[in-house]
Amino acid sequence: MKLLASLIAVLMLFALGLLGAAGTVPGVLLGIVIPYLAVATLLAGMTWRVLKWSRAPVPFRIPTSCGQQRSLGWIEPARLDNPSGTLGVLGRMALEVLCFRSLLRNTAARRTPSDRLVYAWRPALWLGAMAFHGSMLVILLRHLGMVIAPIPGPVALLAQCDGFLAIGLPVVYLSSLAFVVALLYLLARRLSDPYLRYLSLAEDYFLVALLLGIGLSGLAIRHWLGADLVAVKQWALGLASLRPSLPGPVGPWLFGHLFLACVLAAYIPFSKVVHMAGVLMSPTRNLANNSRRVRHVNPWDYPVQVHTYQEYEDELRSKMQAAGIPVEKE
Amino acid sequence: MPTPDQPEYYPQHDLLKPPAGPPQSDWMDTPVDFRPGSYIYPGKAKNLKILDLPHARDWSVTDADWQLPADWQRTVLEGMADRLGKYRSFQIFMDCCVRCGACSDKCHFFLGGGDPKNMPVLRAELLRSVYRKNFTALGKVLGRIAGARELTVDVIKEWFSYFYQCTECRRCSVFCPFGIDTAEVTMMGRELLGLLGIYVNWVIEPVANCFRYGNHLGIQPHGLRDTFDFMIDDIEQATGIRVDPPLNKKGAEILFVTPSGDFVADPGTYTCMGYMLLFHELGLDYTFSTYASDGGNFGLFTSHEMTKRLNAKIYAEARRLGVKWILGGECGHMWRIVHQYMDTMNGPADFLEVPRSPVTGTVFENARSTKMVHIMEFLADLIHEGRLKLDPARNDHLRVTFHDSCNPARGMGLLEEPRYVIRNVCHHFFEMPANTIREQTFCCGGGAGLGTDENMEMRLRGGLPRGNAVRYVQQRHGVNRLAAICAVDRATLPTVCDYWAPGVQVTGVTELVANALVLRGEKPRSTDLRGEPLQTPTAGESAHEGPAHD
Repeated sequence: MKLLASLIAVLMLFALGLLGAAGTVPGVLLGIVIPYLAVATLLAGMTWRVLKWSRAPVPFRIPTSCGQQRSLGWIEPARLDNPSGTLGVLGRMALEVLCFRSLLRNTAARRTPSDRLVYAWRPALWLGAMAFHGSMLVILLRHLGMVIAPIPGPVALLAQCDGFLAIGLPVVYLSSLAFVVALLYLLARRLSDPYLRYLSLAEDYFLVALLLGIGLSGLAIRHWLGADLVAVKQWALGLASLRPSLPGPVGPWLFGHLFLACVLAAYIPFSKVVHMAGVLMSPTRNLANNSRRVRHVNPWDYPVQVHTYQEYEDELRSKMQAAGIPVEKE
Repeated sequence: MPTPDQPEYYPQHDLLKPPAGPPQSDWMDTPVDFRPGSYIYPGKAKNLKILDLPHARDWSVTDADWQLPADWQRTVLEGMADRLGKYRSFQIFMDCCVRCGACSDKCHFFLGGGDPKNMPVLRAELLRSVYRKNFTALGKVLGRIAGARELTVDVIKEWFSYFYQCTECRRCSVFCPFGIDTAEVTMMGRELLGLLGIYVNWVIEPVANCFRYGNHLGIQPHGLRDTFDFMIDDIEQATGIRVDPPLNKKGAEILFVTPSGDFVADPGTYTCMGYMLLFHELGLDYTFSTYASDGGNFGLFTSHEMTKRLNAKIYAEARRLGVKWILGGECGHMWRIVHQYMDTMNGPADFLEVPRSPVTGTVFENARSTKMVHIMEFLADLIHEGRLKLDPARNDHLRVTFHDSCNPARGMGLLEEPRYVIRNVCHHFFEMPANTIREQTFCCGGGAGLGTDENMEMRLRGGLPRGNAVRYVQQRHGVNRLAAICAVDRATLPTVCDYWAPGVQVTGVTELVANALVLRGEKPRSTDLRGEPLQTPTAGESAHEGPAHD
């Protein structure tokens, strides 16, 4: 149900985007105004989000230690899974952001017929996530070639590598295939596990549908529907250089593809996709586990009501004396 | 007829029945089921009053009307706004979850019970849904489509149920790609409930005791003296050594703080006797305190403020007694607090000295600021420097496995020290399967204030993953002793083991050390501290001159 609604929503958005080719006014709106608005929303929204997070202090040092602490000199500490200094934290964060270290730990619990619980390493989710995020990065970088002229060397090289199988004409990019396959896997996983389905929100399906919509429309345009690349590039260069011009005869499909991308960009700051910045600011990961070595200060610390020793002794003095326990006031 | 607070009430095949899958109704439409054995009694008014907490009243979980204070919704939402402003963790953990479900089968309560709201992600969604409705644009506009919902009385009841079905063990946070820590979410949820005067009595009564008498059990100073005297007699009977543990001794070098659970209840008492024997043998200049007579701090299961209120006595007492540094006994959540909160909350401890072992001279650089050392760090150093004379054969009747307690494992990283100690005092040590130990260790099912008998069903269910792993090493290696460095473990794991792995008993690590420790002037040892016969009785060591006494 949530999935169906999401798919319909994405199809409707795509259809809305197609209108861009219907005349000058929609063309300006969908080809110039909305892309600018979307990017502005993305940048402003993420900046606002990160600033909002930064304004909230980190009162306590609460890293999750995933390995041996640094204590006695002769015990080897886990420098990356339980870092005790800045260098280790940088390493841990790099592993988290680039390699999804924590996801790689994933296990699946299973009951054997003899009622034993066993836990097997299950890297499939990690693989799916890596494939999805990695291919998306490559695709985004490849698209740089659209908005920069001449195409920067590294981007051209990336595109060349991405298409090294040289299948089809134009060549099929591996990243595009990986992107779609990974998304389909993540969707299938969400649908096939009854518990995962149970906890999923409409947003979870909508994002997958939106990303699939963008990916599939892009693939379709490149390989079947076609677009006038020269006109597209001219238009894109104009947008990127802040000298926008009305798109030339690029065909309707590209408008649909672009509109979905705009929806995604504008939606990101309000969605769970904020995790792309949040992961860097997660206090269980980005702090060194050194709170006994170096004092961590809570900026909003305030005095609290305590039961002092004096009050304690005043209540219990005679009992303490009778038991031979030393007291302050005889 | 057994009652719901007794393990016998629950046939094993019932608890082992594989869950039938999630309910038909959406989780937002599934009301909470308060059945006896699965919830904890509410905090009594008298205890809230001792602590000056608002909205003290006597009520029952099964009441339709929880007597919520007037304007309670505003109280909760303001409390939420306040905490969102104070804790970056709270904001990040509300905003960033992608519901990938990596955490879902990592929670012992979910593994043992199959209730989807015990999946960490859904537990957090209980709070997140209210956050979305009141603090996010999309939630305000789209409502339920965006996973947002109104704050109702039923939501409060649901929070009560599931934030007291989380032991704050942090296992899920190990697996979360963003490090979302359900312990943090649960702590916030419990604080918000606290604003309405909603606590569980099994937490708030110990807190009230601890506030007034210095320990959770409400042992008064003369009572502690009596308790120690019993232990001294028992120690003498087993070893021939008469120890003299000081109480509130001014000018001692070291203040020793340990959880009070080990003062009164077996098997924790043997660990406490172990400390006394060890310190006696080392000739340590130390003292116990009656005022700081509990390192454990159920404030952690109440609120950050309460954590600070109870924890304050440790530094205050160290200052009053004029000690140089503090040594801490085996405890789980106490060490989460000591390691990650104490210095921040009640420091700086600039009136103390950087801890230095008077026996080996080792300076504990890792405790340079907080000035408190874990007994396992202290022991590992002693053994590594060859300052203990140990006869591991005295533990030959024991086949030992080690349960990493959640907090020292995931809130500290104390993994090798206890293993090093155990390997040096036992010949027969066997690890449980890799995915059930170290940072992936499973909770006992009774941490964070859930270890009470009225919560027996949840304890047994939550204890299943741990019990199952114990059963495995029991069958495979004949393990008969489960060592743990946590007083809550020693209080709750005996029940879990009796149920899921009968025949395995629970011990502290220092108890094992004390068994193996060859003491100056000891009598021939024929039993361990529990009075159980040794496999190979030893000849006593009256003439022994160990390196510890150089």
